Amino acid sequence: MSVKKMLLSLLAPTAAIVFALIVAAIALWAVGRNPLDAFSSMWSFGTTTTSIASMVNRAIPLYIAAVAVAIGFQMGLFNIGVEGQYLLGALFAGWVGGNLGLWAPLHVALVILVAVLIGALWSGIAGFLKVTRGVHEVISTIMLNFIAFSLIAYLLLNWFRDDPTSLNLQTKTFPASAQLPGLNWMFTMFGFSEPRGISMHGFLFVAIAIGIFYYILVKRTRFGFELRASGMNPGAARMAGVAPKRMVVVTMLISGGVAGMVGLATMFGNLHAYTQDFPRGLGFTGIAVALLGRNSAVGMALGALLFGFMERSALILDLEDTPKEVVQIMQGVVVLAVVVAYEVVNRMIEKREIKAAAEATRSLEAGEEVAA
Amino acid sequence: MADESLAVELTGITKTFPGVIANEDVELRVGTGTIHAIVGENGAGKSTLMKILYGMQSPDSGSIRVRGKEVDFKTPKDAIDEGIGMVHQHFMLADNLTVLENIVLGSEPTKGVQLDFAAGRQKIEEIGAAYGMELDPDALVESLTVGARQRTEIMKVLFRGASILILDEPTAVLVPQEVDELFANLKGMVDEGHTIIFISHHLDEVLAIADSITVMRGGRTVATVDPEGIDAKQLAELMVGSELPTPETTESTVTDVVELSVRGVEALSPDGRTVLDDVTFDIRQGEIVGIAGVEGNGQAELIDALMGIRDVSSGSIRFKDDDIADWSTKDRREAGIGIIPADRHREGLLLQSPLWENAMLGHQTVKPFANGPWVNRKGARDRTSTVIERFDVKTPGPDVNAIALSGGNQQKLIVGKEMIAEPHVLIAAHPTRGIDVGAQAAIWDELRAARKEGLAVLLISADLEELIGLSDRLLVIYSGRIVADLDPKTVTPEELGSYMTGVGAEASA
Repeated sequence: MSVKKMLLSLLAPTAAIVFALIVAAIALWAVGRNPLDAFSSMWSFGTTTTSIASMVNRAIPLYIAAVAVAIGFQMGLFNIGVEGQYLLGALFAGWVGGNLGLWAPLHVALVILVAVLIGALWSGIAGFLKVTRGVHEVISTIMLNFIAFSLIAYLLLNWFRDDPTSLNLQTKTFPASAQLPGLNWMFTMFGFSEPRGISMHGFLFVAIAIGIFYYILVKRTRFGFELRASGMNPGAARMAGVAPKRMVVVTMLISGGVAGMVGLATMFGNLHAYTQDFPRGLGFTGIAVALLGRNSAVGMALGALLFGFMERSALILDLEDTPKEVVQIMQGVVVLAVVVAYEVVNRMIEKREIKAAAEATRSLEAGEEVAA
Repeated sequence: MADESLAVELTGITKTFPGVIANEDVELRVGTGTIHAIVGENGAGKSTLMKILYGMQSPDSGSIRVRGKEVDFKTPKDAIDEGIGMVHQHFMLADNLTVLENIVLGSEPTKGVQLDFAAGRQKIEEIGAAYGMELDPDALVESLTVGARQRTEIMKVLFRGASILILDEPTAVLVPQEVDELFANLKGMVDEGHTIIFISHHLDEVLAIADSITVMRGGRTVATVDPEGIDAKQLAELMVGSELPTPETTESTVTDVVELSVRGVEALSPDGRTVLDDVTFDIRQGEIVGIAGVEGNGQAELIDALMGIRDVSSGSIRFKDDDIADWSTKDRREAGIGIIPADRHREGLLLQSPLWENAMLGHQTVKPFANGPWVNRKGARDRTSTVIERFDVKTPGPDVNAIALSGGNQQKLIVGKEMIAEPHVLIAAHPTRGIDVGAQAAIWDELRAARKEGLAVLLISADLEELIGLSDRLLVIYSGRIVADLDPKTVTPEELGSYMTGVGAEASA
C-alpha cells in the first residue's frame, strides 16, 4: 500500500516533466530547431562537472527561497516579499561582514545572523500590519519589496559604499575569515574531473541544514502542527487553542528569517560583498520552486536542482543560435503542470483511502457479527 | 388536474442527501396573488424546498407545477424564465455600484452595443411607483440602510419580470419600522397580482401578513392553516410537534459543586449589535444543561465566548475558582474545558490529515500528544488507537486521513478525543448532528456515563429528543437572551415552541 502510494506520488512530477518537455519540443520546433537534437545537446552540456557545480550553485538560493515561501504556504500565508527580504538581508550582511575581522566561524555565523535578523524584520512588518490593521500580506510584501529596492539603493550609495572613488558600487569586500571555501574537492574525491572556472558553494551545507530544520519544524514540532492546522482549517485551529494572530506574526518572522539567507551562498562563495549587480529575482523564482516541490523539503530540493539544471543547460542553446527562452517556457509549464498533476493524483489517493476505509468498516462489522 | 388558480403547486417532493432526508413527500399549494408563509425550525427543510423551487437543486421525486404547467428546472435561470424570483437572506449586491447598476446587472437593457441606463431607470421608476417602493436609483449601495438594500434586491427580482417571489427570512435583518415598510411593499405587490412565498420563524409577523401558512417539520409539510383560525402558540406547537420525547428516567447525578458560572455575559457583533444579552447560568458537576433555541439566536456566539474566541463586553465567566473571561482559548483548553464543535468540518477536523493528528487537535500542547515543544508521534498514535477502540470508530487505523471516514465515525473520533482527555466542563454543540442512529446512541451513552462521573456539560442542540433526553435543565435562548429555564421532565411542546419563537417571552413579560 505505501509502495503504491509512493509510486503514485512520483507519477505527478513525472507526468508534469514529460508534459513540459512536449511543450518545449513544440516551442523548439516552432523556432526551427530539431527538439531531440536540442535536448541531447542540453543534456550532454548540462551533465559536465562544471555544469553540475553551476547547477548546484543556482539551486542553493532557489531552495532557500522556496523554503522561506513554503513556511508561509503551510499556513496559507503568501510571502511574496522574499525578494526584498533577501536583498536587504544581503546588503546588511555584506556591510557587517566586510567591516569586521573575527575568528572565521564566528565571523561567518555573525554574517548569517545579521541576514536572518534583517530578513525577519522586513517580513515582520508585513505580519504586524496584517494582525493590527488587516492589511493582506500579498499587498504589503509586494509593496515592501519596492521599498526595499529603494532603501538598498539609498543605503548602498550613501552609507554602505566601500570606496567612493571607485566605479564599483559595493560594500567592503569580505576579509578571508568570512569567505567560505568551495566544494570542488567533492568532485575529485569521487574521481570526477574538477569543475573549471567555477567553485561549488560551501553554503550548500547551510542549505541542507535549512532543509532539515524546515522538515523538523513542520513535521515534528508542536509549532509545525499548529502551523499546518492553521493552514488547513483556520476555524478548527482556533477552536483548538491556536492563537491566529500570534501564528501569523511568528510565521512571517521565520519565513523572513530564512529568506534573509537566500543571497548568502553567492556572497560567501564568489562576490564577497553586496554589489550593485547582486543577483535578483531569486525570491520570485523561489515561489515557483515551492509550488513545484509542493512544500516538501525533498521535493523543493529536487525542484531547485531541476530549475538549476534547466537554467544552466539553456546556455548551450544560445551558442547554437536557439533562443534560450524556450527553457523559461519549460520552467513555467512544469510548474503549472505539476500543480494540475498533483491535484489529479491526490484525488486518486483520496478515493483509494475512502474505499479502503469503507472496506475496513465492512470487514470490522462482519467480524463483529461472527464474534457475536 | 392542473389548477390554474394556483401559482405554485408542489406534489410529493422528496430530496435526500447522503444520510439525510431533507424533504419527504412535501406538498405545497400557493394561490396566485396571495402571501403564503412557510414556517418551521432550522433543519425542517424550508431552505431545501425553496432551492428546489428556484432550480438550485433537483428533487429526487415529485412534481412542480407553475401556473398549472409542469416544469423541470435545471438551473435558477429556468426558474427565472418562468417568472420565479428569489430574495436571499444574505444580500448579493455589489457595494461599490449604484442601485441602478446593481439592478440591471446581468440583464442590462442595451441600445446597440451600449448600455441603456435611461431605459433601466425608467423601468425601475415604474416598478417603484406601482408597488410604492421608494428607491434612489443613483445611490451607492454601500450608503443604503438594510431595508433599502432589501428593496434593491426585491427590485432586482421584479426587474427580471418575476411574478412569484420567494423571500428567505426577509425580516431577520430588519428593524421593526423596516418590517412595516416591507409588509406594505409586499401588500402592494400582491394587489398587482404577484405571489409571495415568505419563509420565516417569527410567528407574529407571519400571522400578521400571510394569507395562508404551511408548517414544516422534519422535512415534511405537517399542516397548512389559515391565519384567521390559529394563534401563535398553536402555530409554535405545530412547529415543534405535538409529542415531545419522554426523558430517560435516570437518577439525577447533579451535585452542588458549580463548575462553570456564567454571569451577565454580554457580547457585541463587529457592527455593534448585541448578540449576547445578560446571559446567566451555572453548570454543576454531574449536570447536563441543555440550550434550546432556533438556530442563529446566539448559540454560536455563546460557544465562542465560552471558548475565548469572542470577547465579551461585560459579565464574568468563572471556571472553578478562576474568572476566565480574559483567558486564551489554549489556557481554557488546558484547564479542562472540552469542546465538540457545532460544525465538525469547519471547526473540528483536518480532513486531509491522519486521524492521529486530528485527535491531537485541541490537545496538541499536553501529554501524550506533546513532549515539550515536540510532537510525540508514538504517544499520539497510541492515544488515537485507544480512542478508536473505546469509541468504536470504524477505520483501518490511526494513519488514515479523516476525509476517508463517514460522518458518524468522524464525530465519534471528535467526541472520543474530547472525552478521553477527561475535561471538567464539556461544551457539546450538536454532538450528533447528521450522523446515523447507531453512532447517535453511542454518543448519548458516553455523555450520560461522563455525567455520572461528574462531568459538567453544556449541550447545545437543535434536536429536541436529544435535549430533553439528556438535559437536567433546559434553557431557551432567543435573540441572544436566556428567556426560559425549564424542567425537561415537565415541559410541554407549547411552552418550548413559544419560548423558542419569542412568543412566550412577550406573554410572560
